[in-house]
Amino acid sequence: METLEQIKNRAELAARGAKIDIVVNPGPSQQSSLLIDHEHAVAVAQFLRDHPALTFDFCSNVTGVDWLDRTVKKTTKVKQVVDGVEKGVDQTSEETIPGYLEAVYHLYSMKLKHGPLIIRMRTMNRTDGAKLPSLTPVWRSAELQEREIYDLYGIQFDGHPDLRRILMWDEFVDHPMRKDYTPPDDFEWEPTPHDDVLERAKKHYAPRPQLDGAEQITAQPQ
Amino acid sequence: MSEGQIDEGLRAELQRQGVWVTSMQELYNWGRKNSIWPLQFGLACCAIEMIATAASRYDIARFGGEVFRPSPRQADLMIVAGTVTKKMAPQIVRLYNQMPDPKYVISMGACAISGGPFKQGYNVLKGIDRYIPVDVYIPGCPPRPEALLHAFMELQRKIDSQKLSGADKAEHLDPEQPSEFPVPNFGHHDLEPPANPEVYQPPKLERV
Repeated sequence: METLEQIKNRAELAARGAKIDIVVNPGPSQQSSLLIDHEHAVAVAQFLRDHPALTFDFCSNVTGVDWLDRTVKKTTKVKQVVDGVEKGVDQTSEETIPGYLEAVYHLYSMKLKHGPLIIRMRTMNRTDGAKLPSLTPVWRSAELQEREIYDLYGIQFDGHPDLRRILMWDEFVDHPMRKDYTPPDDFEWEPTPHDDVLERAKKHYAPRPQLDGAEQITAQPQ
Repeated sequence: MSEGQIDEGLRAELQRQGVWVTSMQELYNWGRKNSIWPLQFGLACCAIEMIATAASRYDIARFGGEVFRPSPRQADLMIVAGTVTKKMAPQIVRLYNQMPDPKYVISMGACAISGGPFKQGYNVLKGIDRYIPVDVYIPGCPPRPEALLHAFMELQRKIDSQKLSGADKAEHLDPEQPSEFPVPNFGHHDLEPPANPEVYQPPKLERV
């Protein structure tokens, strides 16, 4: 398989105007991925599937990721003049990165026996802008998995042929795999609670019976 | 000794003389307990153990329970074998309601009892006893076929001890006792109601 840079350059040439970033994975797996913009996602996907040197004809897995708002601390060296002497001083600045939802596609080529190529798409935000273009028209196998992401993460896939909930019932309004989801409180009977469950079960505990003073009587030595 | 019961010594003596004495209640319960027809459905891996119990090696036919019925109208026993998801729970209650009296429920495995390893999940019901009354609970993940046979024999013992008349007669003979229970609805966040308080009364925990 070609390197990510080669694939990125080829795809940007093929789908004119496409903006593709490489998301580096610093972990031991070194599985870096391509971040694709919404507008050209379908064109890029079609290119990846149809180009004879790539032929990613099999979309094996689609999944969602929830990224909450986070603050990143940046440390930069700034030259300052202190008491007439120039010194390098560390300056820290905090940057807030707004949260977003992500869809991750794992692609393989059955014909050329290579892969995986991982492509990602990110939504604008976690609320009203949680929309992505559907890649189901390119890979049919993404249909049910995109429905699952819609069900559990709440990403709207534009262009999906049949976007309904798949695991939870239709009346359900939450998205249970989001990090800020709180499950319904049915912790009234927890015989051996611990950790988070203990905290939730405590709300259901009956108050201790009133003490009548008898518990303070101790046996007197004879 | 209450009315309708025979002294065991006298019965043994009569049997030795070639006279077999019984009562209507014993005969009736003997017939019922030896032909318990389970409802044929399984929900998860416990169902595999249930299938093994029905197959030749463990052979639930020895206890008269081999006739798994595909219709709730013909079933006496519901073996809730596996994880009951919240999406499945209304259907289970509906099937239970469609079974004719007398009907019994075995809650098989950790999931059907309490939700098991999925207890803190958002999608699994924390025990089928929140909506329907359960006669026998079998712990295990999944319980072995021997455990299911044990539960089956316990159920037979329960059926054998049920009275046909009097104040403590069997529930299904009492018109006051409900034989159907409300089916929960799919709510926006959870099943509504999350439990039927008529059936499900967990112990109050007095802790700090």
